[in-house]
Amino acid sequence: MSRHQYVRSLDVHDAMEEFEGYSEEEEDELSPEDRALMNQGTIDVQAALGVEASKVTIAQIEEALWHYYYDVDKSVAYLTAKFINPPPKAAKPVARQTNVDTAGKKTPAAQPNKKGGSAAEAVAAEVKDLKISDAPLPKSRNLDVISEFQKSKNKKSASFVVVGHVDAGKSTMMGRLLLELKVVDQRTVDKLRKEAETIGKTSFALAWVLDQRSEERSRGVTIDIATNRFETDTTAFTILDAPGHRDFIPNMIAGASQADFAVLVIDASIGAFESGLKGQTKEHSLLIRSMGVSRIIVAVNKLDMVAWSQERFDEIRDQVSGFLSATGFQQKSISFVPVSGLHGDNLVQRSTDPAASWYTGPTLVEELEKSEPNARALAKPLRMTVSEVYRTMQSPVTVSGRIDAGSLQTGDALLVQPSGEKAYVKSVLVDEAPADWAVAGQNVVLHLSHIDPIHVKVGDIICDPAKPIPRADIFTMKALAFDFLMPMQVDVHRGRLHAAGRIEAIPALLDKVSGAVTKKKPKIVKPATVARIVVRLEAQVPLEAGQRVVLRSGGQTVAAGLLE
Amino acid sequence: MRFASKRQTVEAIDEEAGVSLLIMEPEDMWHANNLIAVGDVVNAPAFRKVTMTTTTGSATVKSVRTNLSIKVKSTFFDPLASELKVSGTVVNENEWIAGWDSVALQTLREALSEDRPDAVVAVVMQEGLANICLITDIRTIVKHRIESSIPKKRASSKDTAGGMASFYEKTLSTLRNAVDFSTSRTLLLASPGFVAQDFRAYMQSEASRTADKALQRIAKEAVVVHSSTGHVHSLNEVLKSPEVQKTMRDTRFTTETMLMDQFYDRLRMDDGRAWYGTKPVEKAIAEGAVGRGGGVLLINNALFRSMDVATRKKYVALVDKVKEDGGEARLLSSDHESGQRLDALGGIAAILTYPILDLDEDDEDEEAADVEISAEGTTIL
Repeated sequence: MSRHQYVRSLDVHDAMEEFEGYSEEEEDELSPEDRALMNQGTIDVQAALGVEASKVTIAQIEEALWHYYYDVDKSVAYLTAKFINPPPKAAKPVARQTNVDTAGKKTPAAQPNKKGGSAAEAVAAEVKDLKISDAPLPKSRNLDVISEFQKSKNKKSASFVVVGHVDAGKSTMMGRLLLELKVVDQRTVDKLRKEAETIGKTSFALAWVLDQRSEERSRGVTIDIATNRFETDTTAFTILDAPGHRDFIPNMIAGASQADFAVLVIDASIGAFESGLKGQTKEHSLLIRSMGVSRIIVAVNKLDMVAWSQERFDEIRDQVSGFLSATGFQQKSISFVPVSGLHGDNLVQRSTDPAASWYTGPTLVEELEKSEPNARALAKPLRMTVSEVYRTMQSPVTVSGRIDAGSLQTGDALLVQPSGEKAYVKSVLVDEAPADWAVAGQNVVLHLSHIDPIHVKVGDIICDPAKPIPRADIFTMKALAFDFLMPMQVDVHRGRLHAAGRIEAIPALLDKVSGAVTKKKPKIVKPATVARIVVRLEAQVPLEAGQRVVLRSGGQTVAAGLLE
Repeated sequence: MRFASKRQTVEAIDEEAGVSLLIMEPEDMWHANNLIAVGDVVNAPAFRKVTMTTTTGSATVKSVRTNLSIKVKSTFFDPLASELKVSGTVVNENEWIAGWDSVALQTLREALSEDRPDAVVAVVMQEGLANICLITDIRTIVKHRIESSIPKKRASSKDTAGGMASFYEKTLSTLRNAVDFSTSRTLLLASPGFVAQDFRAYMQSEASRTADKALQRIAKEAVVVHSSTGHVHSLNEVLKSPEVQKTMRDTRFTTETMLMDQFYDRLRMDDGRAWYGTKPVEKAIAEGAVGRGGGVLLINNALFRSMDVATRKKYVALVDKVKEDGGEARLLSSDHESGQRLDALGGIAAILTYPILDLDEDDEDEEAADVEISAEGTTIL
C-alpha cells in the first residue's frame, strides 16, 4: 500500500486528535483533565516506587508520565531504570540521535516542547526496545473499566446461538426476524430474492441475509457462523447463526462457545422432524449443553406446512423435551414456540392464521427477552478468544470475538497466546460502535498495533500480559463420554480452536454424581459414563482449568468436559 | 534394497558373518532403520576429515574415504530427507554379535521385495489448512503443511472468496513443488464440506486459464473424498473410503487400516477379546489365546527399533509364540496413520480367539506406580 493511500485511510477522528496534540504543544500548558491525571499519576508512581521515591524529583515523574501517557507501570519501570538503578552503560549517543530523528518525525503528538532532551532520550530508548515499530503507542485513558461499566446505563446484552438439523430453516428464520425488526430493509430482501430467482432458488432469499459467502449461496447451506445484531426495548441481542450440516460442526461449536442461550430450530414437517432427531438435532443439543449453555428455546418451525396442527406441535414438544432433559437441560429452562420462519408467524408478530389461534404463549422475541444472560466474569483477568482475524483500514491486524472474562480499554497492552507476542489496543468497537472500553460478555472488534499478522490466528486467546493464560500440549479433563473412549486420536475443540490430539491415558472412571474414582485405569470408557482422561496435543495451545472442551473423532462428537 | 552378493538368500544368512546390503532408493533407508538395532555392528564406507601437520607447521585437511565398523549405540532417522544417522563406537570386525531373529528376517524380506506400488499423494484439507502427504507402502510422509487465515463473515464476502483463492493458489503451488507429477499417480483430495471439491475446480480453472495440459490431467484424475477434518489423522477415514478402495489395489496400508478398525470394533464390543498394552497382551499370548481361529497380534515396528537386546528379544518371542500357535502376527508401520493409532494404544494390541476378562487386573504395587506417573502428567498444566 502506498503512503498516500495510508494517509487517506486515516479517519477524521484520528486526524483531529493529532491536530489537538499540536495545539497543546504550542500553548505549552496542560489541560485541566491532563493536570488531574498528572497529579493522580504522580501519587501513584510515588506509591509504586515506595522508599525509592525520594531518589526522583516530581519533575522527573511528571516528565515520565507525560511521555508514557500517564501509564503508571511504564513510568515506574522507566524511572527505576533511569534514576534508581541506572544501567551500567548508556546507549551510543550517535545511535540515539538517529532514533530521535525518526521517532520525532512520526510521533508529533508525543513530545511537547517543554520536555527537552531527556524525554527525547526516553523515546529513543523506547524505540530501541521496541524495534518492531516506530509508530507511537496508542494512548490509554486509564479508565476504571468496571466502574465505567456499572455507571453506564446500557441495555443488557445477550448472545444466542441458533442450532438445529441441516435445512431446518435456521438462516431463513433469522433472516425473517431481521427483516421484521427492520435491521434489514425490504429493498435488500427484494434484491436478494431477484438474485435467488436467477439461480432458481427463490426460497433462499431470506437466508441470504445471513449466508453471504458465494459457496453458501450457491449450495444453499450455511458453512460458517454468521453474526448479526438486533435490539429490542430492553436488550441488545447478538445472533450467532450456526451451520447445521455435520461437516461444519466445528464452526457450530465456535458459535455455541460465545452464546448465553440457544434457539433450537426444528423442522416440524412430516419426516423431517424424525430424520433431524436422528441427525444434528440431538448432537447439537448435546454440544450446546456441554458448552455450558443451559437455557434453550425450541422453535418448532414450518408448522404452516402441517396446517398449524396442534397435535403435531404437542407430539414434537413431548419428544424433544424428553431428550433435552435427558441431555441435562432443566424443564424450566426449556420453552417451545410454534413458528413459521418463512412467513414470520410468532417471531415478532403473533400469527394471524386462524389455524394457529390455539397458541397464546409468547412469541420468539418475547421468549428471548425473558432469558437472562449468564453472569459476567468482570473482575477476572482478561480472556478473549479470537474468532476472526482480518484487515481493515484502521489496522492490518483486526480481530473480533467475545470477551470471555475481564475487561480492556484502548491503549492496553495485550498478550496473544500461543504466539506469546505483545500487542496494543489501538481502538475498540463494541457491537460495531466505537468505544473506549469493553467488558466480558460483549462482542468486540479490536484494532491492534505493534504486532505482525502472522502472530495472530483464529482460536488464539488474547489475555492480560500480567496474568497470561498458560500454554500446554497436554491436559487432563473430566469428560462425559458420548461414545466409546479409548486411547485414540481425537480432534480437540475449544471455542474456535480446533487442534489435533490424542487420548494418551485414562487414569480413572468417575462416579457421575460424586466424582469419586470408581475404577482405576479402565481399558475403555463406555458411553454416558464420566472419566478422567489425559489428552496430548500436537502443538502447544493456550489452556486453563475450567475451560470447556469437546472431543470429536471421525466426524462424531465422542466426549465433552471440563479441563482440570 | 538388494543383497550385495547375487547368490545370497534370506534363508542362508550366516549369523556370524552378517549380510551386505545395497541401498537402492530413499525408502530403503527406512528399512535399514528397522533392521539396525542397538548392539548391531554396521560396516559402511565413510569419510573422515584428517588434519595433517607438516614439519614446517602448516596444516592440510583432507577427506579420507575409509571403511568403518561401528557398534551401534543410537540411530536417528530423518523421514523427510530419508537419512539414517548411526552413531556408536568403532570396533574391530571380529567383535560380531549380530542377532538375526524372526522379526529382523521378516523386515529384511520386506525390504528386499521388488513389488512396490507408487506412492499415493493425498491432500487433506479444511478451510485454511492443507496437509500434503505422500503415502508409500510403508509410511506416510507429511511433505508440507499449509496454513492461511481466511477472512470470515465479518469481512465482506469478496474478502473471503479472495482468501480462499489465495489459499488454493498456495496449496497448488506447494503441491506441484513437493510432488513430481511427471508420471501419472493417484492424487486424493480430502476435506469436510466443499473445500476439496472447490480445490479441484480451482485446479481445473487454473489449467484452462494457463493452458496447462499437465495440470489438466492432474485435476482430471484427482479423486475427491470426504474426511471429517483437515488434520493428518483423518487419513484413516480417507484410506477406507470406497472411492479409494476402488482406485487403489490392495496395499499394505489399507489392510493395516482395516485391521485397526477391526480391533477398535472388538474393543467397543467389550467382550474380552480385544486387549492392548504390553502386560495384558503378554499374558494373553502366554495363555495361548492369540492363536488359530482369528487370533491377531498387532505390533508396531517401532517397538523393535533401537531397543536394548533383552526387550527386543521379549517382543520377538511374542511374535514367535503367536505364529507357533497359528495366529496372525502383523508388524504395523509406525510411520503410517494406522501405526500411529496403534501407538496410542501402547504400540501393541491383540484380538483373542476366546474371551479373557481379567487381564488388566494387575497387582496393587504396579497400579500405585502407574497412578504416580499420570499424576506427574497432570502437573504440566
